[in-house]
Amino acid sequence: MQLMLERVEKQVGLQTFLYPLDMALQPGALTVLLGATQAGKTTLMRIMAGLDIPSKGKVKVDGQDVTGKPVRERNVAMVYQQFINYPSMTVYENIASPLKIRRERNIRTRVIELAEKLHIEPFLNRLPAELSGGQQQRVALARALAKNAPLMLLDEPLVNLDYKLREQLREELGFLFATGNATVVYATTEPSEALLLGGYTAVIEAGRLLQYGPTAQVFHYPQSIEVARAFSDPPMNLFDAYLTETGIKLAGDVVLTLSENFLQNLKVIDPQLTIGIRASDLKLRPLPEDAALLGRVELAEISGSDTFVHVHTALGELVAQLTGVHFFELGSNLTLYLNPQQLYMFDQKGRLLRAPTRSGSSYGSS
Amino acid sequence: MARLDLDLAHSYKANPQSDEDYALLPLKMCFEDGGAYALLGPSGCGKTTLLNIISGLIRPSQGSVHFGGNEVTNKTPQARNIAQVFQFPVIYDTMTVADNLAFPLRNRGVAPAQIKQRVGQIAEMLELSAQLDSPASGLAADAKQKISLGRGLVRSDVSAVLFDEPLTVIDPHLKWKLRRTLKQIHRELKLTFIYVTHDQVEALTFAEQVVVMTRGRVVQVGSADALFERPKHTFVGHFIGSPGMNFLPVQCRDGNLQVSGVALTLPLSPSQEILNAGQVTLGIRPEYVTLVEKDAPGALPVTVSQVLDIGAYWLINSFLGNSVVRARLSGDTPVPQVGDTVWLKVISEHTCYYKNEELLI
Repeated sequence: MQLMLERVEKQVGLQTFLYPLDMALQPGALTVLLGATQAGKTTLMRIMAGLDIPSKGKVKVDGQDVTGKPVRERNVAMVYQQFINYPSMTVYENIASPLKIRRERNIRTRVIELAEKLHIEPFLNRLPAELSGGQQQRVALARALAKNAPLMLLDEPLVNLDYKLREQLREELGFLFATGNATVVYATTEPSEALLLGGYTAVIEAGRLLQYGPTAQVFHYPQSIEVARAFSDPPMNLFDAYLTETGIKLAGDVVLTLSENFLQNLKVIDPQLTIGIRASDLKLRPLPEDAALLGRVELAEISGSDTFVHVHTALGELVAQLTGVHFFELGSNLTLYLNPQQLYMFDQKGRLLRAPTRSGSSYGSS
Repeated sequence: MARLDLDLAHSYKANPQSDEDYALLPLKMCFEDGGAYALLGPSGCGKTTLLNIISGLIRPSQGSVHFGGNEVTNKTPQARNIAQVFQFPVIYDTMTVADNLAFPLRNRGVAPAQIKQRVGQIAEMLELSAQLDSPASGLAADAKQKISLGRGLVRSDVSAVLFDEPLTVIDPHLKWKLRRTLKQIHRELKLTFIYVTHDQVEALTFAEQVVVMTRGRVVQVGSADALFERPKHTFVGHFIGSPGMNFLPVQCRDGNLQVSGVALTLPLSPSQEILNAGQVTLGIRPEYVTLVEKDAPGALPVTVSQVLDIGAYWLINSFLGNSVVRARLSGDTPVPQVGDTVWLKVISEHTCYYKNEELLI
């Protein structure tokens, strides 16, 4: 199905929840709505579902204007943060309920098939309250899938689960949505979740749609500082910079020397700019042409797969992402290395001037 | 200050029969004086039960608890000389920040000059100095939780400070600063810290020793790098890291090691133990799986099922027979397509071998 939003906006009283936005969702694919709490993700989803009417603008489904058409007259499935099931019905009855309403045939086969897919088949005769949180959310997901609706909306469905469970269910959902049968919209506050789900991502901030496109492309080529900031975890390191004929001057008299080739390819009019460094582009060992950044360790946060080192440097606070477990004494000296080719550059208005080219990937610089 | 020794088990049921009846299976461990420990595991693993046994809120159904060589098994929390910090702020709204911090000291009749000095020190560490004279009621949730932390840390004579998910109410952007503060405080005060959390970042960042628990069992006590590099139990390999460790069934027969019909050579000399072990599980972290040429020694053919661009890395999911193998490859690697057959290397010095879920070498 093709869902289109045209100049959709939402005010409640004097407060604006959504500024006018246009969005043509990729049909039959997964779209992630990425934004902080209160960014407008839920408001947008409620308008997509028909639970709320936009203050202005139109919602179109396959070219037809459905603005104002109530949710019960639309074919939409929803999954929320809270695990919502019918408490007095068994797991079987919960999953079967949308099928019964539509008087479908082969209900039993369909329920078992969905229960198998979501690994809740052993619990079909239990009540939701007898299940763990993860299993309850699986029931809600199975019921939503049973609707077989052309539009499926999921509002932070994994946020209340343990992280290992989240990891597992997220991967399974990725496979379930990849079938292309439905247009799926998935809201999250976590950049890493958007990357792991793939598909398309819409970055939302303070009621505005900042960028919409294939997830990896939005990540690697953010159109603005706002997108780069919202779509990075740990946050992108951003610094005010001044472009000279030989390189970049930064705070604390730090100078990054740039190659002639690099400078020739830059189309910059105003030398006053902001540079962005991804945490994962900072390294402990230099390669030829790398710039060195001297600093003092504030804290090393260890996730297991990665260590995030917060470093105080002459140009400001930096975060570096290093693979594996690394220990650093608080307050110890540390030199980080950066290949200037990995720099992002933004103009004074925050628009992207330059993004590093990702080697190994299938898409080039846009 | 004291060393804590536990030798106990706990069941909430009157007559425990099987392992499932125990919230904590028999365990023997010690927390060294001045150490920073985290109890880490999924919900229901027994970590909160263990913390409550240390604090004296729960009396273990078997065994004993010793603080500094003295048995405290039957002593109340008040008599154990411990400080506690909970998930949510526990403070007096009617008092100022300074009076809140001073409260545990005044209760014990500490001299006013000493109280002033200690409150000042703790407030400085927690960056609360500017708010010392403000009423606690008007502060934001994270400032209130800092006062709770301060109250837990203000006494220098406690046997241990126990933390139960203390950063739950803290805004994600501020968490790292408080983690740093806690680490600094531990270094300066040299108190024994025991910290319960289900969050691996929190545990690995904070603790010198992480106690990993599952289903009422302590499966490993170790530093962050030990848990990552040499998980002693398959659960630790699975739970630490995202995604967790890959596990592959391996046949060891006649001095050969075979994975899915491919013979592999072990690089290490003490491999005899593995080669005689029969059916073994091989564990390798996605970070250490590498793409190799078809003809490379020990190259395992896998079918790529998913290729994810996760920003800094590529995450490749693939199948080797029925086993899933995940590989995390650096961003500049040329990546395969879904459906491709590629060859992976899973044997290196980072490979672990398990028998009945326990690490062999």
